[in-house]
Amino acid sequence: MANKIRVATTSLAGCFGCHMSFLDLDERLLQLAERVEFDRSPITDIEHCGRCDIGLIEGGVCNSENVHTLREFRKQCKILVAVGACAINGGLPAMRNFIPLEECLSEAYLDGIGVENPQIPSDIELPLLLDKVRPLHEVVKIDYYLPGCPPSADVFWKFLTDLLEGKEPQLDYALVHYD
Amino acid sequence: MSKTITIDGKAIPFTEGQTIMQAATAADVYIPHLCHHPEFTPHGSCKLCTVKVNGRNCSACTFPAAEGQEVLNNTQELNSDRKTITQMLFVEGNHFCPSCEKTGNCQLQAVAYHLNMLDDHFPLFYAHRAMDASHPEVLIDHNRCIFCTLCVRASREHDGKAVFAISGRGINKHLLVNSTSGQLKDSDLDSGDKAAHICPTGAILIKHTAYQVPIGQRVYDHHQINEVSLASEHPHGE
Repeated sequence: MANKIRVATTSLAGCFGCHMSFLDLDERLLQLAERVEFDRSPITDIEHCGRCDIGLIEGGVCNSENVHTLREFRKQCKILVAVGACAINGGLPAMRNFIPLEECLSEAYLDGIGVENPQIPSDIELPLLLDKVRPLHEVVKIDYYLPGCPPSADVFWKFLTDLLEGKEPQLDYALVHYD
Repeated sequence: MSKTITIDGKAIPFTEGQTIMQAATAADVYIPHLCHHPEFTPHGSCKLCTVKVNGRNCSACTFPAAEGQEVLNNTQELNSDRKTITQMLFVEGNHFCPSCEKTGNCQLQAVAYHLNMLDDHFPLFYAHRAMDASHPEVLIDHNRCIFCTLCVRASREHDGKAVFAISGRGINKHLLVNSTSGQLKDSDLDSGDKAAHICPTGAILIKHTAYQVPIGQRVYDHHQINEVSLASEHPHGE
């Protein structure tokens, strides 16, 4: 098929659980592959996002690299989708928002039980942490939201097939879960 | 002749002294709500039950029904406002459903599902709120309190105590526990009290009961809150 829909995916401050759930499409992935081509994604290992029709983003924004990646996706994708609880409200990573960043780092790298050679990582290659984990819609405009931790494969299927059929995506009651 | 109002064009009978919410519930018409409970004095604070009465916005739980009122309830505009209100409740507190044991049985979540709320829309507050785990049988997680005052009213009106109160304004509003230490363990609360079981969210929980009902069998897994609410608040049907 000539003009396939281009889809990019990434996980920011997420656990890849949403990507695993996407893979739960199982044999439906073959049907999808007839209509869809993947751009940047853990599935393809392409490093930068090219011009895409749909960008699926899992996870919230916890560091400077997340911000750059998210902005690249927004620039390149016609439709940007916040996938899963963390992308929508910060999720579990945002539970660090109630603890000062310095305390988080100290607990993890200096004072925590079993820490050897205590030092806070400061390699210039490491992205700087934000003081708070943020949901995607606070950084860029988001077009659609797929709630769930993770959203089920059926949610991805309904959303993508609605879009491919040119319909406004609609998730009915059975497909809406925040957990 | 019994008196009637209309809700979305349907004639609904009422008796003198009934609120619009009471008349609607008796006629099996669901009006979304969180702070309303048929057993307690209406509080009118959550505003989810906002309906249009003869063109004006009113809280159905506090507004008295009167002959000939034309009430709009299940309209796109009102449901859109209700979704916005629910989004504001979500961003004001810290509602992380995947890590909350009330998930699946939570009225706040169920109302959000009912309104097809897919996102929070607003920036999140990430307010710093404490937990009170001092009581041996009851836990308070202030992160999830929506200030509906149901525990306040249940304690006073049903339990004959005054364990809870709401204090402060705006972002500083919080649930108070009536004890010298301010902790739940030093209050009069007993785990059998109505006030310990009335919370529509996961703010007041009975300890040692978490996750006993598996996913798929929880209250709102297969039934929307409109069905559940009418079945429990108008149990005599008809």
